[in-house]
Amino acid sequence: MKFKLKNENIASEFVAHIEKITGENAKRCYQCGNCTGGCPVSFKMDHGPCQIIRLMQMGQDEAVQEANSMWVCVGCMQCYSRCPQGVSAANIFEGLRQVVLRKGEDHQEIEDIPMPLLKGAPQQALVCGFRKFVS
Amino acid sequence: MPRIGVFVCQCGNNIASTVDTAKVAEEMKDMPGVVYTADYKFMCSSPGQESLKETVKEHKLDGIVVAACSPHMHEKTFRKACEKAGLNPYKCEIANIREQCSWVHHDETKKTGTIKSIDLTRMTLERLKRNKDLTKISIPITKRALVIGGGVAGIQAALDIADGGRDVILVEKEPSLGGNMAKLSETFPTMDCSQCIMTPKMVEVELHDRITLYTYSEVEKVDGYIGNFTVTIRKKARFVDEDLCTGCGDCWNKCPFKIDSEFEHGLTKRKVIYTPFPQAVPNIPVIDKENCPKIQKDKCGACALVCGPECIDFTQEDKIVTEDVGAIVIATGFDLMKNSKFAEYGYGKYKDVINGLQFERLASASGPTAGEIQRPSDGKVPQSIVFIQCVGSRNEEKGVSYCSKICCMYTAKHTMLYKHKVHDGQSYVFYMDIRAGGKRYEEFTRKAIEEDGAMYLRGRVSRVYEKNGKLVVQGADTLSGSQVVIEADMVVLATALVSRDNAADLAQKLGVGYDKHKFFSEYHPKLKPVETVTGGIYLAGTCVGPMDIPESVSMGSAAASKVQALFSADMLDREPITAEVAEATCNACWDCVTACPYTAIDRTEIKNRKGEVVSMVARVNKGLCTGCGTCVAACRSKTIDLAGYTDEQVYAALNAF
Amino acid sequence: MSELKNIPYYPGCTLNTVAKHFEDSAKESAETLGFTLSELEQWNCCGASYPLSPDNIMGLTGPAKVLFEASKAGESVTTLCSVCYNVLKRTNKTVHDDKEKRETISTFIEADYDGSLEVTHYLEILRDTVGFSKVKESVTRPLKDIKIGAYYGCMLLRPFEDVGIDDHEAPTIIEDLFKALGAKPVDFPNKIECCGAHLAVGGKEGDDVVKQLSTCVMRSAVGSGVELIVTSCPLCQYNLEQSQEKAVKEVSGYNAVPIVYFTQLLGLALGQDEAKLGFEKNVWDARPLLKEREV
Ligand SMILES: Cc1cc2nc3c(=O)[nH]c(=O)nc-3n(C[C@H](O)[C@H](O)[C@H](O)COP(=O)(O)OP(=O)(O)OC[C@H]3O[C@@H](n4cnc5c(N)ncnc54)[C@H](O)[C@@H]3O)c2cc1C
Ligand code: SF4
Ligand code: SF4
Repeated sequence: MKFKLKNENIASEFVAHIEKITGENAKRCYQCGNCTGGCPVSFKMDHGPCQIIRLMQMGQDEAVQEANSMWVCVGCMQCYSRCPQGVSAANIFEGLRQVVLRKGEDHQEIEDIPMPLLKGAPQQALVCGFRKFVS
Repeated sequence: MPRIGVFVCQCGNNIASTVDTAKVAEEMKDMPGVVYTADYKFMCSSPGQESLKETVKEHKLDGIVVAACSPHMHEKTFRKACEKAGLNPYKCEIANIREQCSWVHHDETKKTGTIKSIDLTRMTLERLKRNKDLTKISIPITKRALVIGGGVAGIQAALDIADGGRDVILVEKEPSLGGNMAKLSETFPTMDCSQCIMTPKMVEVELHDRITLYTYSEVEKVDGYIGNFTVTIRKKARFVDEDLCTGCGDCWNKCPFKIDSEFEHGLTKRKVIYTPFPQAVPNIPVIDKENCPKIQKDKCGACALVCGPECIDFTQEDKIVTEDVGAIVIATGFDLMKNSKFAEYGYGKYKDVINGLQFERLASASGPTAGEIQRPSDGKVPQSIVFIQCVGSRNEEKGVSYCSKICCMYTAKHTMLYKHKVHDGQSYVFYMDIRAGGKRYEEFTRKAIEEDGAMYLRGRVSRVYEKNGKLVVQGADTLSGSQVVIEADMVVLATALVSRDNAADLAQKLGVGYDKHKFFSEYHPKLKPVETVTGGIYLAGTCVGPMDIPESVSMGSAAASKVQALFSADMLDREPITAEVAEATCNACWDCVTACPYTAIDRTEIKNRKGEVVSMVARVNKGLCTGCGTCVAACRSKTIDLAGYTDEQVYAALNAF
Repeated sequence: MSELKNIPYYPGCTLNTVAKHFEDSAKESAETLGFTLSELEQWNCCGASYPLSPDNIMGLTGPAKVLFEASKAGESVTTLCSVCYNVLKRTNKTVHDDKEKRETISTFIEADYDGSLEVTHYLEILRDTVGFSKVKESVTRPLKDIKIGAYYGCMLLRPFEDVGIDDHEAPTIIEDLFKALGAKPVDFPNKIECCGAHLAVGGKEGDDVVKQLSTCVMRSAVGSGVELIVTSCPLCQYNLEQSQEKAVKEVSGYNAVPIVYFTQLLGLALGQDEAKLGFEKNVWDARPLLKEREV
């Protein structure tokens, strides 16, 4: 990876927007990695929670948006519960998802969900899944 | 008619950029009583002071106003200059036209700043006209010092003061001297054995002719003021006669009851009658009253049966002693934060998760394993140890916001000790930053990594749990951007250094400040690092904040030299800004006595020639009075006034506004 | 306990359908203990997730409406599903603490609700209102030292300051209940880790994650000697059941254990008719084990 850092990156409007809708401040994060260490799904993420926040600090909007991380986050709040700085990566991921979903772009097509799953899964899985993946 | 001179300072551009100093001087010229005015670039410079002195003499001035920076900065300078020129120093007043004037006004036409400066200077001038000649108060000094806390900082302070020829009272709350340093195995960065360098100092204290040592004792009350403190000390009952005991150890060998050892942090047991560790100073045991069945319910008494010199006395009671001292050094040290706050690391739940001081004990030749690194759970030698730094430090959510400063170094030390003792063992260190600022410190941590093979991982640990007899450590390495899981045999937490539980209490007894973390506050963090706001009370070591041994020792010596400096004069000069009672109008209502926060006002009897008491009046103890003025506000008959700040002076200033 | 007659109860989307046995067994156990879980007259879905970006007011309207309806029924409302508990409790706090949001929500749902309700989980009713000692007194079929693994997952515990049914790193509320029932709870590390939650519907990738996480939970439990797992959330239950099915197919010699709702065993221990407790609806039946132990 190679970044060219410009003043515009540091003042990224995208990042400011995410901070605004999530109420989080990416600068609070001092990159200790506790969130990534405790996150049950960071192994599946292109970038773990703390790296996503680092990329936000560096104003790397694309890298943040291209990563699968936001879709993998299960919202378990483990990151937040142990963050020494009180940062919630979970909230940040929700904000990132919201930005996509609010544009009307779905991450998961309902048709693609197999019938047995639709029938067998508890309703709450569907409701929650739709909230997280469907606009 | 007074003959007053007004000097207006430009302070380079600090004042002159927003205040027209020439205009201020010009305006003052016509004020009644003013015979001389000037403005000058730097009044505080030597030429500035010289010209002030000469002008005082030449114009036979009987008072001066310097319109310049805050009196905190240079009041002393200008008053001294006046004194040299033969003028009473209290006839010099400062009008502060910088901090709350030139610095806060940004009007480029200089209009607001100039008007305000003129007002301030005029007010000061009117005040000055009512100033009286005052003379410094001289008070005697008791040339003995009290040191509270017998860790390395307190020991250093006590020895330095005593070696300088002054008597020292050293009060230590534990049964032995030594503090935390006595628990350490080897010390960074030189790796010398802690006990080997510490115990000689402890013995030196014990044998020093000029040091009176009170162990197992605490300061109960402090009265008085700089040069003249009276300290009340509680000597807790040891239940052992200190004069008779030879320290033979028959008693603790015989005692059948075992309790977790505080000194060994629970890694082993001690007896109910015990000395905390073999090299304890003094080598005299104490009976732990709470756990002694003889004292609690009159059962046992085995120790008394075997004691040759018959020095055990189960009926002993606490003793209260008072000592007069002229100066006090606080050196009460630190504690480790309770790890129970961090359930995710399993301290207390898993025996093999320990803290740094426990590791020190395991590595110490005099420790419970005679220096062999063994797991507390099963005594096996661990093949891998994970060290977690910043546990509680730099953690605003659950711990403290500050950095504990020494853990980076002692963790590196721990990895080395481990490697030196268990050659095929592997250590892992989770760290956030390696803070190794200090002489030979960076080289030390590099050595741990490069030569002793410690694996450093940059990240925090999220969780520790047990699986098949191993401790699974789940953390991150942010440099590689990955989650890291390590199955270790032992985990060592570098827990935050915190203030002592009773620090706030002690601070209140002594009338000194403390910060939000209950560390004692220095008078000035840079320029007066060992002084407190209370005259005659000094600080040393980790009771001020986290620091290592070299720093604690330096502070101990620094505090000692402050005490020596204080003791080098026979009398102590104090500012004469004190309350004064006009006894004729005092109606003995004692409102002032109740109001005074320093108990500086006495109820005094007035007697006639026959020695009969004819009336009572309030009288101020000049030694204790700090000039705070509370009594002046409380006095309904306007009998008390504050020298240098009389009502007359203050009203004159206000009227001139 | 006299005032404890009727406890307003919010079922949520799953308890009336897929997790009916969770609800039924809870209701049965309540009756034995002398009170009734009475379903709210009016309710809607809570949304099954608390909106994590605070600007998302829409996500709060559903649960706020539920709370409003519940406020008509009494001063508290209780849930069985951990997710409902989490969503309602957090929403309640937000409505209570944030006046501005409260007003916006009020206009949306056309009802004024101020957040004064107490949101509880059935476990808390058992612990704080009934008391585990009272529960213990009512046990007629003790669970004979069966090694129970209490699986908490996330939603009962985090975020601690908003939800926190118990210590979020080392909770014991379910274990304490099962001690009262005569079982032998066994601690296992992953009891507070996530099961994969809604990723169950997150396509192939999500499916993989659920499998991994739930399998980790199961392994951790079984590895610690757990003979039976209890849950308090239909989604946890589902994910664990599904993963165990896959594991049994894929890993030879895999040692499957029963997975049930805590209320099913509670009902049993309190002496209810086994047939009413819905054990047949669990994928991993607990009855053989119960029989073997002569419970
Ligand atoms: C795990 C660990 C390893 C370390 N390793 C090193 C190292 O290798 N090298 C190094 O330079 N530094 C090291 N340090 C730091 C070192 O321990 C401290 O710098 C040093 O001990 C501080 O000494 P002190 O006198 O300020 O405080 P302390 O050692 O805490 O002594 C304070 C004394 O005051 C007493 N006391 C407390 N309250 C009262 C009271 N109210 N009345 C009377 N007495 C009281 C206490 O009982 C104690 O004896 C280490 C620290 C830790 C935790
Ligand atoms: S735990 Fe908090 S501070 Fe640490 S890396 Fe994650 S978000 Fe940043
Ligand atoms: S909330 Fe998301 S980012 Fe945070 S620990 Fe859970 S899965 Fe990971």
